[in-house]
Amino acid sequence: MPIEILMPALSPTMTEGNLAKWLKKEGDEVHSGDVLAEIETDKATMEVEAVDDGTIGKILVPEGAQGIKVNAPIALLLAEGEEASALRDVAPASPEPPSAAPSQQEPQQERETSALPAVTTGPASLPASAPSGERGDGRIFASPLARRMAQHAGLDLAAIRGSGPQGRIVKADIDAALSAARGAPAAPAPPAAAPRPAAAPSGPLVPPAAPALSKERVAALAGNPPYTERPLNAMRRVIARRLTESKQTVPHFYLTIDSEIDALLKIRAELNAKSEAYRISVNDFVIRAAALALRQVPAANASWSDEAILLWDSVDIAVAVALDDGLITPIVKAADRKGLAAIANETKDLVERARAGKLKLEEFQGGTFSISNLGMYGVREFAAVINPPHGGILAVGAGQQRPVVKDGALTVATVMSCTLSCDHRAVDGAVGAQFLAAFKRLVEDPLTMLL
Amino acid sequence: MAETSFDLIVLGGGPGGYVAAIRAAQLGMKTALVEREHFGGICLNWGCIPTKALLRSSEIHHLLHRLDEFGFSAKDIRFDAGKVVARSRAVAKQLSNGVAYLLRKNQVAVFDGHGRLAGKGRLAVEKNGQPVAELAAEHIVLATGARARSLPGLEPDGDRVWTYKEAMVPTAIPQSLLVVGSGAIGIEFASFYHDMGAEVTVVEVLDRVLPVEDEEISAFARKSFEKQGLRIHTGATVAALERTDKSVTARIERGGQGSELDVERVILAVGIVGNVEDIGLENTGVAVEKSHVVVDQWLRTGEPGVYAIGDLVGPPWLAHKASHEGVICVERIAGVNDVHPLDIRNIPACTYCRPQVASVGLTEKAARDAGYEVKIGHFPFIGNGKAIALGEPEGMIKTVFDGKTGELLGAHMIGAEVTELIQGYTIAKTLETTETDLIRTIFPHPTLSETMHEAVLDAYGRVIHF
Repeated sequence: MPIEILMPALSPTMTEGNLAKWLKKEGDEVHSGDVLAEIETDKATMEVEAVDDGTIGKILVPEGAQGIKVNAPIALLLAEGEEASALRDVAPASPEPPSAAPSQQEPQQERETSALPAVTTGPASLPASAPSGERGDGRIFASPLARRMAQHAGLDLAAIRGSGPQGRIVKADIDAALSAARGAPAAPAPPAAAPRPAAAPSGPLVPPAAPALSKERVAALAGNPPYTERPLNAMRRVIARRLTESKQTVPHFYLTIDSEIDALLKIRAELNAKSEAYRISVNDFVIRAAALALRQVPAANASWSDEAILLWDSVDIAVAVALDDGLITPIVKAADRKGLAAIANETKDLVERARAGKLKLEEFQGGTFSISNLGMYGVREFAAVINPPHGGILAVGAGQQRPVVKDGALTVATVMSCTLSCDHRAVDGAVGAQFLAAFKRLVEDPLTMLL
Repeated sequence: MAETSFDLIVLGGGPGGYVAAIRAAQLGMKTALVEREHFGGICLNWGCIPTKALLRSSEIHHLLHRLDEFGFSAKDIRFDAGKVVARSRAVAKQLSNGVAYLLRKNQVAVFDGHGRLAGKGRLAVEKNGQPVAELAAEHIVLATGARARSLPGLEPDGDRVWTYKEAMVPTAIPQSLLVVGSGAIGIEFASFYHDMGAEVTVVEVLDRVLPVEDEEISAFARKSFEKQGLRIHTGATVAALERTDKSVTARIERGGQGSELDVERVILAVGIVGNVEDIGLENTGVAVEKSHVVVDQWLRTGEPGVYAIGDLVGPPWLAHKASHEGVICVERIAGVNDVHPLDIRNIPACTYCRPQVASVGLTEKAARDAGYEVKIGHFPFIGNGKAIALGEPEGMIKTVFDGKTGELLGAHMIGAEVTELIQGYTIAKTLETTETDLIRTIFPHPTLSETMHEAVLDAYGRVIHF
């Protein structure tokens, strides 16, 4: 059955968009990752990537079409070996459920899409097409029995192709997945490495058969203590995928530096006492200091590509914000050119809107460098995982009074430990160290930050 | 000259064949149907439908004998067997005409005659020994159905010893009747004739009546029948039938003991055989086993381009199974998406005796034999307000769940109108609901259907009204 390519949600609030341009035409062969089309909202233009290999069978929405609902099918992709005749059965059906659904399912969609793009920091990293049990709005159609059997067996329904009416996953599909899993080679194939069957339009994030880490397996490894489950939402899956990918493919190394922040705290108190128009946090100083340090050590404001190291002209700092069920990284753009009050107000606004799920796409996707601060929890120091394609992330600990030795005498100072995680492909140890040294100078002599 | 070249030809116009033909036409195939006798087949003309008309009469007769219970009195209640039968025939006729209309409406070309395979992709039609047409099609669906089985020494004679066909058109209700076989057909006739006043004896070779039903249902049914006054011999055979002028003497053997029974008429209901003869199966790849055509899950025979459906193929011998096979067969041929093979566990079966019996899926024993850790639920009609109000407190629902997954493996029902209720469980099974969904479903009050809900609750220790 042809795979439906759906109108992606490019931001939490996006409900519809325009098809700016088709970059592929009917009959074109496409591979996973190819850019198929450009989608435009009033906020941005984004690319839709292919998630599956195949041939563009039919373009359902012409170039220039406006007001296309999120999750409406925009094209049909024929899987390898699939004949164009397969389109006949799908084409008439496609306008019905997905395009008619949004009006009725508005609340649910709103909720689910708002969670969706939260952690995608690169454009078009959302799935453009869904596995067949899924209709694009995140809802997987499966019979209650199939759901329960999958739950017992630790199968991810998103990975299973439904053979029931309208692609519904039924018991027979679970039985087939289970017997396929049993028939597979003794060693459980790592999901990521397992080649996806050409005809099976499984989702981008999930293995074709049983997940290697089924709930049952994990529970068994833990000795089967009782547990409650929290279902995986789209944000959680993206976090898992991207950060796993980062840790596995990005060679991290870590540099830690201690900075005394008594002077900084004093200036902060003085500045905050001067006006009600802003309230500067320690983290705002950290953002400003990191931005200025990146400006002073441009080699640290870099990203790896297979062709070249990209040294960014601007300093856009992504700030990790914890949400109830995940995190999001709103971006303080051109932070090196913004004053403390501006940073403070902007950060406050971004954080508030992030927690309300009201960030625009460009406000949380992209950036050149990240900062994660767990100091407010009393964490002394930690090492963070790089958020690709950033070349580094600064993990900020709590400012604590610690004994320090100055000029041979023991004294007390408020010390903040920061750990820089670097992508060694783009940022070497010496560059990272220079950045940290610059950062420390700024933090310890905050007046220089005010220049 | 009529068109003779088609995409698909169906041989046999019963509930399997005519549904297959209509579905094929809907899917855009140029379709022909060959039928030698009557549209709607046995089901509509000599089976399901006319018996239901007869049973309606016997139900009324039964109620008329309970008038006092409902506050009525009447004298001189009589019936005219001729009128009862005439009504039944009229019902069959009306529906058969309806099928002819449906075929026309769907532009199915109809050929009146006997069809035979005549070489690859060809079917010869003749009527009264004269050739009518030679048809050609890439796909030929055989749907010739089945007929009553006869046992050696127990051949029907159409007078004293009947098959279902004579039993459906009696000129009078016999004083006494022996029914051989207690499957659905035998028991329905036993129930009809008993309620119309005959003295009825049932002989069953197996150890229980309605032997394909769940054991508890069989036992419940037997108790109920015997309370009504039917005589039932299980584990027994009829060794011989001796006809006299006015009666038949049956020698009944049971556990090595013989006995004789004089009855006015005998109905033979000992199963069916497939109509595999004289349809040109010789010299084809079509395999026949025990009078039935062998097919795969898509109803394909061993001969490419030849398919078979319905009673011709195998059990259960049910019209709705034949229809469904016809649809599957044709949709598969047409390349429709999402076609699934028939799941025998989702085919409901209904027996219209009094009390009615209906079931779907596995019996408790079959489920246990298959290795399931079952959860069983029961609910009696006596705990149901509507049943009491109707004056039908005799009945029981039984559910069989897979204790591991909550899959509804089977449901078994006996009682008033259960044949109309079983579809609820069938939908549940087809949609693959678990006990959770059934428990959450709101059943209307007061209805008999509440017993279905309670029987689910009972399986999970949550029954409310008993």
